Amino acid sequence: MGTWTWFHRFGSPPWVYGFAARWAPWFGGAAVACMLIALYGGLVLAPPDYQQKDAFRIVYVHAPVATMSMAVYATMALAAAVGLIWRMKVAHAAAAASAPIGAWFTVATLATGMLWGKPMWGAYWVWDPRLTSELVLLFLYFGYMGLRAGIEDPQKADKASAMLAIVGAVNIPIIKYSVNWWNSLHQPATRLIGEADMVWSMVWPLLLMLAAFFLYFAWILLIRLRAELLRRERNASWIREVVA
Amino acid sequence: MKTRPLEAARLVMLRDLRLAFRKPSQLLQPLMFFMIVATLFPLTLTPELSRLRDAAPGVLWVGALLSSLLALEFLFRDDAQDGTLEQFALSGQSLTWMLFAKTCVHWLLTGLPLALSAPVAAVGLGVPAQAMWSVVASLALGGFALSLIGAISAGLTLGARRGGVLLSLLTLPLAVPILVFGADATQRAITGGEIAPPMYLLGAIAVLGVTLAPLAAAAAVRIGLE
Repeated sequence: MGTWTWFHRFGSPPWVYGFAARWAPWFGGAAVACMLIALYGGLVLAPPDYQQKDAFRIVYVHAPVATMSMAVYATMALAAAVGLIWRMKVAHAAAAASAPIGAWFTVATLATGMLWGKPMWGAYWVWDPRLTSELVLLFLYFGYMGLRAGIEDPQKADKASAMLAIVGAVNIPIIKYSVNWWNSLHQPATRLIGEADMVWSMVWPLLLMLAAFFLYFAWILLIRLRAELLRRERNASWIREVVA
Repeated sequence: MKTRPLEAARLVMLRDLRLAFRKPSQLLQPLMFFMIVATLFPLTLTPELSRLRDAAPGVLWVGALLSSLLALEFLFRDDAQDGTLEQFALSGQSLTWMLFAKTCVHWLLTGLPLALSAPVAAVGLGVPAQAMWSVVASLALGGFALSLIGAISAGLTLGARRGGVLLSLLTLPLAVPILVFGADATQRAITGGEIAPPMYLLGAIAVLGVTLAPLAAAAAVRIGLE
């Protein structure tokens, strides 16, 4: 039983509300610190690429946000599944709080990708498999948020959108495969370890930036989760104690 | 008394077919919509058949997808409003099988007729005669997969206020693989290529859909009825 108490605690909105309040500043501080160091490493210390010169430096934003756009969907689908299986209100709230963050990461991925594409490919947009699946991912986020907004009963909205998140998660590999059916213009993913495609002074800012964005996601998620819990539990007695 | 799942599914199919043939105008609407969409492209792109031929797979598949979305609204809505779905859910029979039966009827009445009438639109788009059977086969198989995916979104939007646009918003991203492989099969048929690879992949999606979509649709409908 003892090992499961932490899990049960996460099922309690007041406990999670307090937990989020305690931890959000730490995640925020760590995210900002990592981001600043990684920016210095990426923009100043790392040498220019032999082919792309300084234009490659947008990778320090583009690659981490692209990873996040998918990681957030996975988080959201996982939270939705937990909410559906164990009927956990907090998990549904976390899934709801994740969706807009994931959608923004996806928008940021597309925007930085377009800015990078202009000098490298000569066009802001090309119908490359990766760009296309990222765009479809954005539509999946829109569908999720649209379904949530379209259903008035909050519990129904939770369950229906959770189903959609899971159906989407099953579909994402198929969508990725199907758009790969075309020929790829996108440069293949660069190997970070092994035969060095990138020198270490280019790699560490990238890894640190990825960590920074994970921390940033945790920070924003905790803030949004608190707001979501306040809104959902507005008639509960613990809210009166917390707010007063 | 509990009947076997297949028997329940057969009864649902017969009921849906009977109901549909009492409202024949509703059956024709998606078909007419498809024809109109296919007519708009020559008017907007070019009347030259040789150039339309390049656009034909896209025109046929986007037209098929849009008209399938149009018909999807009626898949569960009427039955949800008059309480039939609730009776289905309470009957003790397998809701999964009954919804699968409804989805099959939906394909029989929209997807299949659309595929069979596609050659009429395809002739106008400059598709050569020897490609017609492949065009019909790809649209029929892809349409079945579309109906299965659509059943999930139709179930999910039962509880929503503005169902129509939301239904499209949910279905379109999920339909991307079907469109890619389907349009590729049609493309290969027109250029005289080997259509088997994309058809196998379409078939794989349809099989996956048959396996999982009715389960997901039944879960979605139960959520909507709560």
